[in-house]
Amino acid sequence: MSTTTDLKTPTPDQLEPLMGGTLPRVAPLLVGVCSVALGALAWLLGLSPVVGVVVAWLGYVLGYTVWSRSVEGSRKATDALMRTLMWTAFVLAMLPLVSLIWTVVARGLPVLTPQFLNDDMSGRALLGVGGGIYHAIMGTVMVTAIAAIIAVPIGLFTAIYLVEYGKNNRLAKVITFLVDVMTGIPSIVAGLFAVALFIVVTGDPLPRLGIGGAIALAVLMLPTVIRSVEEMLKLVPDDLREASYALGVPRWRTIVKVVLPTAVAGIVTGITLAIARVAGETAPLLLILGTARVANWNPFEGPVQTLPVYIFQSLGQTTHFKYGEIWTDRVWGAALFLIIIVMSLNLVARIIGKAFAPKTGR
Amino acid sequence: MTTAIREPEQQQELPARARTTRVGDAVFRRTALGAALLVVGLLAGVAIFLVIQGLPALDASGEQAYGKPSVWSYVGPLLFGTILSSALALVIVTPLAIGLALVISHYAPSKVAKPVGYLVDLLAAVPSVVFGLWGIAVLAPRMVPIFDWLNDWFGWIPLFAGPVSNSGRTLLTASVVLALMALPIVTAILREIFAQTPTTQQEAALALGATRWEMIRMAVLPYARSGMVAALLLGLGRALGETMAVAMVLSATGAIISFDVISSANSNTIAAAIANNYANAAGLKINVLIFAGLALFVLTFAVNFLGRYVATRGQVKA
Repeated sequence: MSTTTDLKTPTPDQLEPLMGGTLPRVAPLLVGVCSVALGALAWLLGLSPVVGVVVAWLGYVLGYTVWSRSVEGSRKATDALMRTLMWTAFVLAMLPLVSLIWTVVARGLPVLTPQFLNDDMSGRALLGVGGGIYHAIMGTVMVTAIAAIIAVPIGLFTAIYLVEYGKNNRLAKVITFLVDVMTGIPSIVAGLFAVALFIVVTGDPLPRLGIGGAIALAVLMLPTVIRSVEEMLKLVPDDLREASYALGVPRWRTIVKVVLPTAVAGIVTGITLAIARVAGETAPLLLILGTARVANWNPFEGPVQTLPVYIFQSLGQTTHFKYGEIWTDRVWGAALFLIIIVMSLNLVARIIGKAFAPKTGR
Repeated sequence: MTTAIREPEQQQELPARARTTRVGDAVFRRTALGAALLVVGLLAGVAIFLVIQGLPALDASGEQAYGKPSVWSYVGPLLFGTILSSALALVIVTPLAIGLALVISHYAPSKVAKPVGYLVDLLAAVPSVVFGLWGIAVLAPRMVPIFDWLNDWFGWIPLFAGPVSNSGRTLLTASVVLALMALPIVTAILREIFAQTPTTQQEAALALGATRWEMIRMAVLPYARSGMVAALLLGLGRALGETMAVAMVLSATGAIISFDVISSANSNTIAAAIANNYANAAGLKINVLIFAGLALFVLTFAVNFLGRYVATRGQVKA
């Protein structure tokens, strides 16, 4: 390609160019079209479409890199190669995640009828007549709410202690460390803790009760709540506290009237996200809640059904020779409803965070 | 602090008000301290109750220990399966998460990056049962041809020795699901770290004529190294403790040690074994499962601790 080999007196257009060679702007498109054609050819030759896509991708990576290397040099070629690899990782990562959402929506949406949401699994539901997830929705709401009632005040006050009272003293450091440890508790271990606790408390070798599930969820929620509230309280500028002290306001009223209101949006967001996280939790509840077919509003006695557990337990029925398909539908319907609950909690949290965010820069 | 400044005479002038102030402060302070101590107690409670209920399992053998001579030979293989599946998940998630995070922070125009960032954050909230469901229904059947291919070409590696499972519900599939579950969290942390790289350093690299990749390699990645290790270790901690996705996707053979991740003879993980066996466990078997949970707790604690350690060490350096 280069024209500089000519040793005669160079005319102006034969001078060594100041810029290195660059590929034409349409180069990626050109290589892209060629490699898609290559992939299509492979597909037409009888290979599977997946192999075709792989061939097209390889064609693009090799073709573009080699072309760029010969024209632009190795540095630009490496840059182009890395860019392609980054975007490949991006597509590879997004593909399954999008597929997940799509599958759940496509298979769950036809199942979500008012009747499905208002029915429980009592009566003839096991024989494939009607049946729904009312009891599981109510169980999820009840257990999650109790967990929040336990975890939120404890978490809030712990964070207040860490930020307002225990600034860098030994106890605060120990607690911060322990909160880190708690963050790492696997969810099933929290469930085992609840089981072990209630074996001791009730003396029943196989305890099944709603409050146990709530305690397990509270153990999982606490570190998240403490962490997010702590972060938010730290963002409150010290000027506000000092101004309040200067006006003679006692410390506790400063916290209640000045610090907390300033940070309220972030706190609510953090708590809502923590609730959303435990609402979809399955493993600990599987151990302590047992199986229920109707709504059970008494958290201190008897099994309770929640949506995630319902999904898991119903999955075992999908291979049933006669009612398998009905169970399959129920599983996907429940999964979609669970996603809707969790996602809307998330959206609410983000909207609160955005709408009421003080000027903290985050 | 405020009460300390107050003069004693002033307090006598306003006795009632001063007293409410002091009482209010004391009550509030004690409540906060009490809550903090409760957290300590709760964690201690978790450890104590697991130990109390787990220790009897040391006497279990034979039928009580799921057909193994002792509880150790039951928990050992499960520990192996847990580590193997999580390690595979980590291998899968590392390039994907780094690529995804770099695209969001450095490659994509902000019009694309913002919605994608939100989408990834939302996906972090998808419950694990749903991931498991998708793994069975969508992913597992599609993994079978890939397994065939791996077995044909890389059969000499013990991991892909085969024979290939027909259902696709193998340890490798479970690892892929674990990787996908860890992906949003790891990506979110990585994105934050990459975005924190000082703009001046990036611009300096570009001004010296670096290409975009050279800028990332020379300015962004060195700055983010310890943060990346910490993020990946936290992701690993998640994968280790994840229960439902594995319990649903994997058709496990039981507590066996098998390096073969594409055949139908699979190692199980601790968490999945607990979830699967709990429903019909009784007596000493429950203690065995609680003991297994204790082992898992110790393992995740070690990994998380390592992650935090690396993260704080990086902060000090930066």
